[in-house]
Amino acid sequence: MLARAVTFALVGLEPRRVEVEAHIQGGAPSLTIVGLADRACQEAKQRVRSGILSAELDFPGGRVTVNLAPAELKKEGSGFDLPIALALLAASHQLPRARLAEHASCGELALDGRLRRVGGVLAVAEGARRDDLERIVCPYEACAEAALAGVEPVGVRHLSDAVAYLRGELEPPEFVVGNGKARRRPLDLADVRGQERGRRALELAAAGRHNLLLGGPPGTGKTMLARRLPGILPPLEEEQALEVTRIHSVAGLVDPDHPLIGYAPFRAPHHSASTAAIVGGGPRLRPGEASLAHRGVLLLDELAEFQRPALEALRQPLEDGELVVARAAGSVRFPARFQLVGTMNLCPCGARGDPGAQCSCSAQRLARYRDKLSRALLDRFDLVVTVPRARALELQAGPGEASDPVRARVVGARLRLADCTPKRTAAADELLTRAVERLPLSGRGRAKVAGVARTIAALAASDAVLPEHIAEALAYRAPTELATP
Amino acid sequence: MTHLRRRELPPLLRAIHDPPARLYLRGSGEGTLLGQPAVAIVGARACSPYGAQVARMLGRDLAAAGVVVVSGLARGIDGEAHRGALETDGRTVAVLGCGIDRDYPAAHTTLAQLICERSLIVSEYESGVEPAPWRFPARNRIIAGLCAATIVVEARERSGALITADFALDEGREVFAVPGEITSALSAGTNALLRLGATPLTAAADVLESLGIQSPPGRAAHDNPILDLLPATADELVRKTGLAVGEVIAALAELDVAGLAAEGDGIYRRLA
Repeated sequence: MLARAVTFALVGLEPRRVEVEAHIQGGAPSLTIVGLADRACQEAKQRVRSGILSAELDFPGGRVTVNLAPAELKKEGSGFDLPIALALLAASHQLPRARLAEHASCGELALDGRLRRVGGVLAVAEGARRDDLERIVCPYEACAEAALAGVEPVGVRHLSDAVAYLRGELEPPEFVVGNGKARRRPLDLADVRGQERGRRALELAAAGRHNLLLGGPPGTGKTMLARRLPGILPPLEEEQALEVTRIHSVAGLVDPDHPLIGYAPFRAPHHSASTAAIVGGGPRLRPGEASLAHRGVLLLDELAEFQRPALEALRQPLEDGELVVARAAGSVRFPARFQLVGTMNLCPCGARGDPGAQCSCSAQRLARYRDKLSRALLDRFDLVVTVPRARALELQAGPGEASDPVRARVVGARLRLADCTPKRTAAADELLTRAVERLPLSGRGRAKVAGVARTIAALAASDAVLPEHIAEALAYRAPTELATP
Repeated sequence: MTHLRRRELPPLLRAIHDPPARLYLRGSGEGTLLGQPAVAIVGARACSPYGAQVARMLGRDLAAAGVVVVSGLARGIDGEAHRGALETDGRTVAVLGCGIDRDYPAAHTTLAQLICERSLIVSEYESGVEPAPWRFPARNRIIAGLCAATIVVEARERSGALITADFALDEGREVFAVPGEITSALSAGTNALLRLGATPLTAAADVLESLGIQSPPGRAAHDNPILDLLPATADELVRKTGLAVGEVIAALAELDVAGLAAEGDGIYRRLA
């Protein structure tokens, strides 16, 4: 007897249709899974057997073969448990085969037959929609996520519920999107005392989606400022939110009650992160931190402590907005259009730039520290700001401006930039030309200054880029001392 | 490879008590360049932004007045002094502590090329000699020997720059020291020189006066009131002036482009 269930395997973020075929024939009882199944997938045998028995259904006797087709596509993870169990039950006449073939399904089985959530349900549901399957049988907690793709989710808590539904004995239960807290309140800029220049740079970075590098001695508030960037970014548009949710779903990071990520994501990997952790990949081709920060902020705290290959690997997504992870078996694309924020000390001992401390670094040590950042990577930062130590006086001052009014200005500036880009006046052009001659400014450096000046003009609600906007933009270029030892 | 024999050396260098037997030359400059009025600018390799800015300013102003700026191509003060001189298309001589064909340190390869195109690199060592710790003090006697005056910009208590100053004093040449903060280890050497009687240096004009050279007409004074509040961070200026942060930063950047102020580690300083 042969039966089929449909599910989807993920290649990167893209769902590929997988038909789970179960075939039962006479012979000594056995269960074999074929079709390039990985370890987690092979172990489905034990979970499926226990799950079916716990649901008080019959585990088919005889030789059982499960084939995951197409056979050349690698199948990973535990999401195949449910389709395998359903195909086995259909093959042994315990549920209608025709009805099963109209549904997509995915989910991991517990030994007692209950269903557990797996990552990537959104992508599977999108695959189902593309293939005109109208319903997807999935764990109850994943309903809200699956519904985002526009298919009707059949949320089941137990394997016996799924069987009852497919037999037509049970209507799919209503699912409610929980009303718990959607998102932790982002950190507020009001906590930052003083640091006028740093706050200004943060606002410009938010308005123009510029990459920002904050330098300075330890304890001056570089990280504190950087962590407050998400709070002044505008919410994501519908299409972008779905894109971001798809990536986070594959990584298993979606909140079951509020699956749609409507705000700019914020990722801050530790500086010991490997290249694969940051750009994605590894044996299971997962999205890395750079992709998880898509449409949001990637904060690299202590930039110069990161491994150099990990930093250099970021150059491609900074340019193209996506990451191509190539493997012998083929390549996978992950979107990665993020805003990069870096913080670093000015020297390895950290005392440089601090009037109250004595730097003990030798010239060679300093050069080695700064060599960590290639010119090419440093060039990707549109805004480079040194954050000096705040005086005691500033720290006693009242709270600074809160995030809300800043975000309002950022939204206004973005609308203006999207509407029409302000043009440079003749006087502004003249200042820019003078600056290129006077300060050694590369072609890319010139373009960056012009871009930042446009953002400054948009924030000032000015129709044209004036000389003072160019002048301010010039102050944010990378200082030569950071670039050449 | 051209070189000068002992009797062809410029008179000032020939006058020291152990002049080099040979001086190898590299670059487009003539050997006679070495006979012209010259000032040495030396100091720490791991210098502070203050030291770097002073070295560059002195290099620029002295070269603009026609003086040859001599230094050792090292990181920090030396490199900034050379760069300052090159900025005004002035002449500058780098004295190496290794073979004449080597660019040491490697980070200064481009700088060495620029110096070669416009001026001279010299060394008493023939091609292929490796840099070694004991060769640098010997190199310093040539730096001091070529110059009528030596300026120490920043130096720790036991620094190679002080060796250069010692050589200059032994030969009866003028020694200037740039005053620094008394709490800064980087200024301990220069402040000690001042206590021993070195001339404090406050502007390039001090050196030019002692050499009897007319200083070139000063650049047009900038009337920006912010200039009088320096040194300060941008944040301090925002509070002192009451201007918007964008305006302050724009004003500072304009001073920077005009060559009147520069930023180092977050603090803006005057350059003139």
